[in-house]
Amino acid sequence: MALTNEIIQQRLTEKFGEELTAWGEPYGMLTFTGPKDLNLKVLQFLYDEEDLQFRFLTDLQAVHYPDNAGAELVVVYHLHNLRDNVRIRFKVFTDIKTPDVFSATALFQSANFMERETYDFYGVNFVGHPNLIRILNVDEMDYFPMRKEFPLEDQTRIDKDDEMFGR
Amino acid sequence: MGEGYMATNFEKVVSLARKNSIWPLPFATSCCGIEFMATAASHYDLARFGSERMSFSPRQCDLLMVMGTISKKMGPILRQVYLQMAEPRWVIAVGACASSGGIFDTYSVLQGIDQVIPVDVYVPGCPPRPEAILDGVMKIQELVHAEGLRRRTSEQYKDLLGSYGIQ
Repeated sequence: MALTNEIIQQRLTEKFGEELTAWGEPYGMLTFTGPKDLNLKVLQFLYDEEDLQFRFLTDLQAVHYPDNAGAELVVVYHLHNLRDNVRIRFKVFTDIKTPDVFSATALFQSANFMERETYDFYGVNFVGHPNLIRILNVDEMDYFPMRKEFPLEDQTRIDKDDEMFGR
Repeated sequence: MGEGYMATNFEKVVSLARKNSIWPLPFATSCCGIEFMATAASHYDLARFGSERMSFSPRQCDLLMVMGTISKKMGPILRQVYLQMAEPRWVIAVGACASSGGIFDTYSVLQGIDQVIPVDVYVPGCPPRPEAILDGVMKIQELVHAEGLRRRTSEQYKDLLGSYGIQ
């Protein structure tokens, strides 16, 4: 029997009950939110269960919602069941003042670089990551450029701030 | 003096030899590099100006041609390539990105290579046509031809390099 979104939701609800919220299926992809303390337990459960087998971490990234007070940052896991070709999306919200989320590197090797990238751009502190340093930006950078308080344009430059360039 | 002789001075002979045998070092990172390949190929034929000998080793080169977007992370590498070149050396910034950062007014892109190395000729365009790159090379030839033998030991030149923190 094919693995459907209903079965996945039912299995997760049996295991975690009311902890998982915000169920939805945008464009047919099962999406749900969980508390950040439970992220590894949920991922491990999805990985280990014989009928779920979400053993491929397609993507891991963050989003910044500056108006969402107390839960500004969200870490998003995209998981793939390669046997049944089913994808799901799992979100974990965290306060921007304490952006500590448990690292998934023990479960997925691929999480290593993706968590470094997420740290690089959003400043999410992945607890337990073996080497949480910047990966794409220059090492000297002292801010997290994808957070919304930093405009796209480089604020350190001085040559384009005159009337000719409209800044 | 009879036929086949001419009188000149040593400086002019050296300038003549230098300007017609400029060895370029292509530092191509994006689309301007493609235009440069067209410039070097048979249709536009950079070899007409004595510059057909591309050297991908900085130590044998006279002209550093920077073509394309240089990210801040690549800045130190570009600078190292420049430092490895032997005097006399010239630099040409091909295209909007190398000259000023171009459309990439963002946190990760160097806003013009003249922030890390001195530049002799800027070629505008996004990307510039091969004719424009040829024009830039010919401008370099003019500079080489007019440059005296003592320029590289002058105080002004030392001050220029000093302003980039070189030597």
